Formats: sequence, C-alpha cells, structure tokens
Amino acid sequence: MIETELRRCVAAFHPGATGVTGAAKLSGGASQETWTFDIVHPDGTIGAILRRAPPGYGAAPGRAAGLDAEATLMQLAHDAGLPSPKVMHVLTPEDGLGRGFIMARVEGETIARKILRDEEYANARPMLARQLGRVIAGIHGLPQAKLPKLRSLTATKEIEDLSREYHSFNWPRPVFELALRWLRDHDPGPSSEVTLVHGDFRHGNLIIGPDGVRAVLDWELAHFGDPMEDLGWICVNSWRFGEIDKPVGGFGTREDLFAGYEEAGRKADPDRVKFWEVMGTLRWGVMCCGMMQRFRLGPDHSMERAMIGRRASETEIDLLRLLAPRG
Amino acid sequence: MQDDPTPTELIKAVADFLRNEIAPAIKGHNSFKLRVGINALDLVTRQLALAEAGDATEAARLKALLGADGSLMELNRALSERIASGEVDLTTPGLSEHLWQTTMDKLAVDQPNYASYKRELGNKA
Repeated sequence: MIETELRRCVAAFHPGATGVTGAAKLSGGASQETWTFDIVHPDGTIGAILRRAPPGYGAAPGRAAGLDAEATLMQLAHDAGLPSPKVMHVLTPEDGLGRGFIMARVEGETIARKILRDEEYANARPMLARQLGRVIAGIHGLPQAKLPKLRSLTATKEIEDLSREYHSFNWPRPVFELALRWLRDHDPGPSSEVTLVHGDFRHGNLIIGPDGVRAVLDWELAHFGDPMEDLGWICVNSWRFGEIDKPVGGFGTREDLFAGYEEAGRKADPDRVKFWEVMGTLRWGVMCCGMMQRFRLGPDHSMERAMIGRRASETEIDLLRLLAPRG
Repeated sequence: MQDDPTPTELIKAVADFLRNEIAPAIKGHNSFKLRVGINALDLVTRQLALAEAGDATEAARLKALLGADGSLMELNRALSERIASGEVDLTTPGLSEHLWQTTMDKLAVDQPNYASYKRELGNKA
C-alpha cells in the first residue's frame, strides 16, 4: 500500500502529522502517476497531491521538463504570488516513492464543460481571460536566474518537429501540408525576448473556482521560447469546447487576454499570437494522429485513443477556418 | 451474398441497446468509456452510410485538380506533395473548394456535432 510509504514520508517533512488517509490514484500512465491523499494532523486535515514517476522509472521522456523541474517551477510561481499550489516536499530516494513531489491540493474544477456551462462559474467566466492574461504574464516574468534547466524551442524548430512527426505517420493530409506551408511562409523568426513558456496553458491544466483561477498545473511541457506561444495555445479552437465565438478557452476575448497581459507590464503581439494559434491547432491535430498510432501499435488497445484519432479532422476544419475562410 | 440484417442495422441495434438500457445503469469512469464506445459505433454507422459517395466525389475532384489517375491514397499523396512544394496553393482554382468539401465530408462522419462544422454547414460557400 502506498499509504505506508506516504505516512513515513509525511512524518519526516511535516512535524506533528499523525497519518495519511484516503490515498487514491487520479491518473496514471506507465511512467507518471498523480495521487490524492489527506495528511492527518492535530491542527486539521491537509489535502495533498503526489505527482511521481514510480520507482524504477528514470528520466522523463522526450519533451518533458522532468518532475524535479516541475516542482521548482511550481514553487517559484507560488513564491511570486501566482495561483500555484505550494510544493510541500520533493521526494528523496529514502522516501521509497520514486521521483516526484508532494504539493498542497487546491479545490476547484478542471473540466472545461462544467467551467463553461455550470451556473457556479457564471460570475468567473467573464473575468477569466483578463485574469489568465495577468497570470501568464507573471509566469513569463519569473526570475530567469532561478529557473531550472529546460529545453529551448523556436517557431522554426517547432515547425520542423511537427512536420517530422506528421510525416512519420505516412498518411497524407493535404490540409496539414497547407498549414505547414503557411507556417513556414509566416515564420516570424526568433522572438526578440525569450522567456519561460508554460507550454500547456489551457483547460484541464487550470483549476477554476467560482472566484476565478486558483491554480496552474502541469508544467511538464515547460520550456524557453517565444512568450506569445502560451497566448496562442489557449486560443486554439480545440479548447473552446463548442463556444467558438469566445476564442480564449470558450469564455473570453483576445482583447481581454491581452489587456490582462499588458496590465502586468508585458506586451502582447497579436500577429505572433495568431501564428502560434495556427501552430497549436496543427500541433493538437498531429497529437490526435499520434493517439491513433499508439492505439494501433500499443498494447492496451484503448478505445478512447482510437476515437481521439478521429478528432484530427476537427483540427483540419479549424485550420481551414483560419487559413482559407469562406465568405 | 450475405444475408440481412445489414452491418448498419446490426451496429445500430447494439448501439441503441447500450444507449437506452445499459448506459443509465453504469456509473463512474466506465460510464464515460461506455459513452465513448457508443460514439464509436455511431461513427461506424455514419461511415458505412456516407463514405462511399464521399470517396467517389473526392477522387473525381482530385483527378481533375491533378490531371492524374490513381487510388485515393496515391492522389492524396500527390496533392500533399504539390502543396508542400508550393506548386499549388490557395490561389489555384479549385483547391480551396476541394479541401473544404473533403474536410466537411470527413466531419460528417467523424464529429457532426463539432461546433465549427455546424457553423460551416449553415455557411455554405
């Protein structure tokens, strides 16, 4: 039972803790898991989250920043007053829990359909775009000297990465070719300013409450690059969940997002944001195709992955709406 | 010749049973997975109904655009290469219309409830 290791671990970093209850796995692939649990303490129960690669799994694959870097980034964001959970403990080998960290659990909602439709969030929705603009500006402004080692990404490199991945599927998609061609023709070149980029700033990775955004999660894809990438990614139509006339996450306008960003002392570049929105739409399309490959080649034969493969066409219509709008 | 019922009738009967009788009784993550499964069966019935006609008109458009013959896969490969090289682009007569029609036909099978698709259906060129 994981509670045995957790109890020993918690006792070591949280004086006075008397135990651990309610451990339950929230999500987990082969190499990374998220657990929720409660720390029992005479002063009151504390909700906690464990994010870890179980023992026996080594460094993070491919694009991932790695769990140690994620912990550092979340703590820096927390220290800067951004909505980010407090990191309570970074796992050590003596904990016997693998690699990863334990953070405070933040209550709220991550499911887009609820955030966009439930009455509970009606007051939050109109202010979210502006609020998220300020938050992402804060992330881009985190002190460079304290940031962990991360990969660097430019528009040119991302185009070539997407092209290579798409071509590896060996399945012709004229609309993707059109998008790749457009991206190459409109590559704005290196950003004049390179900052920390969250890399996956969208529904699912944002905890929202009736009062607005409460936490930014999942820094797995964090890197150094063009700050406009984050602003473009949250405008991708795939994250609007049907509310297609509200470009920011289905709840807000670009103008509000940019206004929030600029209130925090940074400058938005709408042309670069549009470029990254096209890139992001193609990126999600390529990811959908990748799900289909993993369904076909992987051992688990997941029905959900198979059906995500059939969502690549959603990004094709969105690319056409961006690049070849009708009437 | 295979006998009736047709594949479409069989899949539809199973999907309706799962939707009407089983789904209300299932809770939690399996309820989500069941919904995905029912969606998959519905997609298959749409593909059985629509793909043949869609593929035929797509092939006819591709042959006209490319001035070449071949399988649907070969024709799509050829078009992809010409777009990549810049030999054809959105100023090429017929290209935009072809990409739009092909994509609309894919969405009619894959995700007819997708908001962008519904918007474009009411916004025909």
